[in-house]
Formats: sequence, C-alpha cells, structure tokens
Amino acid sequence: MNGPLLELTGVTRQFGGLKAVSDVTLSVPQGEVIGLIGPNGAGKTTLVNVITGVHPASAGTIRFAGEDITRLKPWQAARRGIARTFQIVQPFPEMTVLENVAAAAMFAGGVRYGRDAEHEAREHLRFVGLGDYADRDASALTLAMRKRLEFAKGLAMHPKLLLLDEVNAGLNATEVDEALALIRAIAGRGVTILIIEHLMKVVLSLCSRIVVLHHGELIAQGEPQAIIKDPRVIQAYLGRRYAGTEASNGG
Amino acid sequence: MKRDALIAVVLFALVALVPFSGEAYWLRLGTTMLMYGVIAMSWNFIGGMAGYPSFAVAAFFGLGAYTGAVAQKFGLPMGLAWTCAGLAALAFAALLGVALLRLRGHYFAIASLVVAEVLRELVNSATELTGGGMGLNLPIPTMTSIDAQAAFFFYAMLGLVAITFAAMLLTTYSKLGFGLRCIQQNESAADMLGVDTTFYKVSAFMLSGVFVGMAGAVYASWVHYIEPPDVFDVLFSVKAIVMVLLGGAGSVFGPLFGAALFLSLEELVWRKFLEVHTGVLGLLIVLLVMFLPKGLLSLSNRLPWARKTR
Amino acid sequence: MLYLQILANGLVLGGLYSCIAAGFSLVWGVLNVINILHGSFIVLGGYLAFFGYVKLGIHPFASILIAAPLFFALGYALQRGLINRMIAAPVLLTLTLTFGLDLMLSNAMLAAFTADFRKLLLDPPLGILALGPVVLPVDRLVAMLLALALTGLLYLTLSRSRIGRAIVAVRMDREAAALMGVNVKNVYAITFGLGALMAGASGPLLAMIFPISPLTGPVYLGKAFVICVLGGLGSVPGAMIGGLALGVVESFGALWFGPEHATTLSFVLLIVILLVRPEGLLGRKGYS
Repeated sequence: MNGPLLELTGVTRQFGGLKAVSDVTLSVPQGEVIGLIGPNGAGKTTLVNVITGVHPASAGTIRFAGEDITRLKPWQAARRGIARTFQIVQPFPEMTVLENVAAAAMFAGGVRYGRDAEHEAREHLRFVGLGDYADRDASALTLAMRKRLEFAKGLAMHPKLLLLDEVNAGLNATEVDEALALIRAIAGRGVTILIIEHLMKVVLSLCSRIVVLHHGELIAQGEPQAIIKDPRVIQAYLGRRYAGTEASNGG
Repeated sequence: MKRDALIAVVLFALVALVPFSGEAYWLRLGTTMLMYGVIAMSWNFIGGMAGYPSFAVAAFFGLGAYTGAVAQKFGLPMGLAWTCAGLAALAFAALLGVALLRLRGHYFAIASLVVAEVLRELVNSATELTGGGMGLNLPIPTMTSIDAQAAFFFYAMLGLVAITFAAMLLTTYSKLGFGLRCIQQNESAADMLGVDTTFYKVSAFMLSGVFVGMAGAVYASWVHYIEPPDVFDVLFSVKAIVMVLLGGAGSVFGPLFGAALFLSLEELVWRKFLEVHTGVLGLLIVLLVMFLPKGLLSLSNRLPWARKTR
Repeated sequence: MLYLQILANGLVLGGLYSCIAAGFSLVWGVLNVINILHGSFIVLGGYLAFFGYVKLGIHPFASILIAAPLFFALGYALQRGLINRMIAAPVLLTLTLTFGLDLMLSNAMLAAFTADFRKLLLDPPLGILALGPVVLPVDRLVAMLLALALTGLLYLTLSRSRIGRAIVAVRMDREAAALMGVNVKNVYAITFGLGALMAGASGPLLAMIFPISPLTGPVYLGKAFVICVLGGLGSVPGAMIGGLALGVVESFGALWFGPEHATTLSFVLLIVILLVRPEGLLGRKGYS
C-alpha cells in the first residue's frame, strides 16, 4: 500500500462552543511508532476518540488505509483494524481474562466464535505474560495486569493501528520497563502505533516521531530530539509551571 | 449446553403429563404457568442478556393477541393466525428497536413503558377492525369436548415454551449471546471491540418480542374473548421482570424457575389480597434489587457488594 | 383567531409541563437516576391540594406551601435511606428500583383514594380573562404563572445559591466536588428532594386543570420524559422550552387529531426527536 496508514486533514471536534481538537492535520506512516504528547487538557484523548469514532469529527476528514473513515462508528473502525487501549482500563469485569481477549478476537479480529477464538486468545495472553491468568475473572487482576490485558485485547483485534492511551499511568518503574518491552515487541510485529504518553523517557525511547498538541492544536511535529528543543513545545509545557521538569523527569 | 437441553427435555416431558391428571384446575394453572414461562424467558433476552430493562412485554402480548384475533376473524386457521402474531411482534420489535436502541438504556426503558399505552389507544380507536373498547370475540375451536380444548391449549403453550427455551439456549451459547453479555457488562467497551451494538440489541429485542406475541395469540384463542385493558395490561411487563429477578437472570433455567415460583406465590398468597397485588409486586422488586442481587448480577457487575465478594 | 386561542391554551398547558419536567430533568441530569416515582409524586401533590381544599378549606395555590416542604423531606429521606445505596449502580438498576417504589406508592394511593377521577372545583370560580379574541380561565392562568415562577425559582436556586452551586459542581465532576469538600451524599439527597418538591408542588397546579387519579401518574411521567428528550437533558431552561413546546404541540394535536390520541402523538414526537436530534432541541451532544 502506498501513502500513510492514517491521515487526518483539518480535523476539528467541538463540544458546544469549545474546540477540544482544532484543525489537526497529521499523517501516520505504516509501521512507525508515533508519540502524541501535550499538557493535560490538550485534547489528546479527544483526538483518539475522534479517530475511533466515539466522538465523530465536527469537521475535516480521516482516512485509514486509503478509506475515508470519518463517519464510521467505533465498532466499524475496530473491524477495519483500529484498536485502542483506554487510559482507565475497561475489561468486562464478570468475564474471564480469556473471554475478554476472545471477544476482541471474534468481534474485531474476525476469528470464528468458539475454539478458534479461544486458542488465539490464549496465544495473545501468553505473549503479554498473562498465560496463567486466563481463567481468572478480569476484575480480579491488578492494575498492571489489566494494562497487559488491554494489550492482549488490542492484539487480538488484529490491528493495523494500535492507539495506546497512557498505558503506563499508575505503573511503577519496573512495570513501565516491562510495558516498554511489550510495546517494542508489538511494534516488531509490524503494527503501527500511536501512543499518548506523559513519560518522556518512554516517548523518547520508543518513538520515531513526536506530535505535540496544545489547546487542541497541533503545534509541532518531528524527530524526538528536535521536538524537545522546539521553543513552542517548551513554552507549551512551561506555560504551566514545573510541567517541563515533570515531563522530562518522567513524573 | 447438551446437559441443559437434556434436562429441559426431561422436564418438558414430565410437564406434558399434567393433562392426564384430568383436573381442569391444574390444567388451567399449568397453561398460565407456561405462558408466564414464555414471557419470563422472552424478557431475559433483552433484560437479562443485554441488561436493558424492557417494559414492552405488555405491548408485544397485546399486539400478538389482537393480530391473532383479527386474523382468525378474517378466517385464517388458528396456527397461521398465531404465526402472523409472532411475525407482527417481530416486525414491531425491529422497527421500535431501530428507533430506540441506537441510544443508551434510559431512553429505551421509558419509551418501552409508554408503547403499550400507545398501542392500546390505537386499538381502542380502530373500532371496525378490533371492536374498540367493546372487545373482540374469537371463533370457538372445533374440538369435541371442553377437556380436549383445554388440553390442546396446554400443549400449544408447552410447545411455545419449548421453542422459546431452545432459542434462549442457542442464543446463550452463540456469538449473539456472547456479544450481548459484552454489551451488558460494558457497552462502550463492547463497541470498541467491534460489537455492532445496535444490531445485537435489536436482535435481542426482536427475540424478546416474537414469542410473547405468539403467546398473546394463543391466549386470545384460549379465552375466546379479548379487550384492550386485558391484553395490554402493564402488569405483564412487571411480572416478567419480577419472575426473572426471582429466578436469576444468569442461568438458562432461571426464568422458568422464576415463573413457576411466581405463579405459586400468586396463586397461594396474592389472590387473597387483590387490592394490594401491585404494591406487593413493587415491594418484591425493591427487595430483590436492594438485597438479593444474585439474580441481578447479570444486570450489573459494578455493584459494590459484587466487588467485595471477589 | 381559533389558532391564537389554541396557542394560548398550549402555552398555559406548557407552562405547567415545564414545572413537571424541571425536577425530573434535574434528578436525571445530576444523579443519573430516572425517577419513575415522579408521576406518582405529582398525583400525590394533587390529592394533597384536593383534600386540603375540600376538607380544610385551604386554597389549592396555598397548599403548594405545604406540599413543598413535605415532598422535599420525602424525597430527601428516600434518597438518603434507599437510593443512595444504589447510586453507583448503573442507571438501569436504579430505574428498576424506583419502578418498584412507584408500584408501591401508586397501589397505596389506589387503595386509599380509589381510581375515581376527582375534579378540584374552586368555589367561587376565579372567572375568565378576555384578552382580545383570546379567552382564558383565570385559575389556569394563575396556575401557569405559578408553575413558571416555581421553575424560575429552581433555576435561581441552582445558579445563585450555595447549595445550587454544589449541585452543579457534583453534576460536572463527582470526584472533584468531593475533593473540594462537598458532601456528595447530602447533595444527592437535596437534589432528589428538590426534584420531589417540584413534582409535589406542580400537583396542586395541575389539579386546577386535570382530574386527579392514581391512574394519571404514568401519563405525567411520560410527559416529563418526552419534555426531557425535547429540551435536552439536565437543564432547567431546556425543560422550560421543552415543556412549552409539548404543550403547544398537544394543543394543536388535539385540534387536528382529537384529544384521545394525545399519548400516541407525544410518542411519535419522541421517536422523531430521538431519530433526528437525539441531543434535544437545546441540548449538546456528548453529555451523559
């Protein structure tokens, strides 16, 4: 396929009078890991919601794998290969870990209901290190495990694009390192990744390119090393006192 | 699944022996119980599996009863009239579902409360077709004896119970049932995972309508005479909820068990206190929701006590 | 000229509907509880006015002053005692709970007052006001003005008073409000109390126009619901606009299709709105 995997042109999302995302134009090439950063309230999660169809764009177009997906519903986007994880993890609490992943495989991944989905779900669970927890209830998992479960669900959806929304929030240093390794492994499978992240350490070590949102607008994009020196970016963060040190220290 | 099916076959075979008791009272009670069973299992599709409390049972029942009655009035044979009633309820559920179920639960729940009232208003004013408030007489079946008639309608309801149960069992163990469980647990997450939530919810709603519609038609033929307040009675909707909450929405036998338990209570206790009947039903709902969440667990897993026990 | 009269009738009706819906909308918007009891509260308020007038000679308009604190206390207690325990549960479960409570209340009213329709007739009547070609009974006009005043009072309470600001804060962000020292449980109870107050106080006003019977509870509930969908959820101005709109639509509907199809008409209206503009006439998308 030629051209970028995901292409946003002039995407705007309004809530009442407020523009949460304003005129964002962005392209995500196949196979890359892109970081999406910005101060709190910059509109990062909203942008993910717009891409996945949770809050459809008020203006602009979104193309995915050559197809216009601007008006698609979340489930349609999911079936086309856009998977996401949530900042606040959302498993089906009364289902087993296995069922959670199997659901992703059969509804978005197109795997047949029954044994096929189960087999595949077990593979993904082994891959993320939850193989031994397959038959537990999802609500019994620790936070770190739930984040892994999100990865397994994401993979089971057979994604072309994986949107990771603050997968490291609330994790300790060791758990962050494990998650990093996991993200690398997923990228190694050829999945394109767009990652929202507050920890600069993670962004700098993973991403080939960084996109910065501020007040809903895209203010900079480019190589990681160039981005952290970009005066507009520094200003966006330092506008909120201490945000800069927090960001570079990794919270 | 096979085990459940086997248990059901044995159970239904035992129930099929009831007409041989020769007691008209038991036969009538049995027919009513089977009708309640159909209603409870049907509610379970939308209320238990998808977690959407529907109050549309009364609407489906009345619609089915009138469709069947009018079809028979125009000379259709009974079986065909019942089928028409099922199809009418199915189509009605589809249309209503598409309009209401694109949205989240609250709109659906309250609108479904109103819909029986709307249908009743319409039936009341379509006097030429339905007899309006005067009610509608149905042709008396051509069976030889009254006993044979009673047995015939008992078996008709039993057949309907078997069909509904089979549909419920198949749904529970299919992709449809699994998707509904996902929706019931967390609808937006299900949406994100690729579940076409509107399609699944509308399917569940249609399943919750079709068998109730047929039960309404069988009921109409059974009692020979229907009138709007009788078949569009909102208590049908209430009872469906109580029965499933009683029996537990989780298991496949829950609704049937709830129906049997409910009818026993109704027969033994409330017949004596008719004027507070609905109040007692209300109290039962409150108590079940507040203190016996086990039957409710499939409606909600985010309850504090559910979390504590894990 | 007929149309002018119909429009005036519709606006009178609509003013009362605003009052019915404002409390329902508040509870739904802030607590995320769909209070099925709302309709029965209105009917109970109507009975209070009826018996207050017939037995004790209290003027129906004055009985609002009695109904308001009574219903506030009732709502507060219900929320504190029962509904708060379930507040974290999904909306469909609390809906089932209030549905059960409503069955109990309406059955109790049926047992106490029977299903007979009772009409509150003022003696002497307040007469009729003629404004050019438009003729309006004074009692209805006063009822409507009082209803709008009550709705306006609710709006002021929410926007100006301390507790009102706490309610709005809880609605916007439960956790943040709790962190800022707002007693969320208390705010919930007060909100539910206010909702009940609005229902109970609109009962005497509606009794000036409609006969009172336990059977009318669901009708009022249905109207409150349609108005919320019309005007958008959780805002007092939305309830006011939605109420007036429904009143006018019903008034013209009765003229063109006959009054016996009122329920069908509002149901059709509901379906159309849900299909074309699910966020309501004034509402914003994305509020849940």
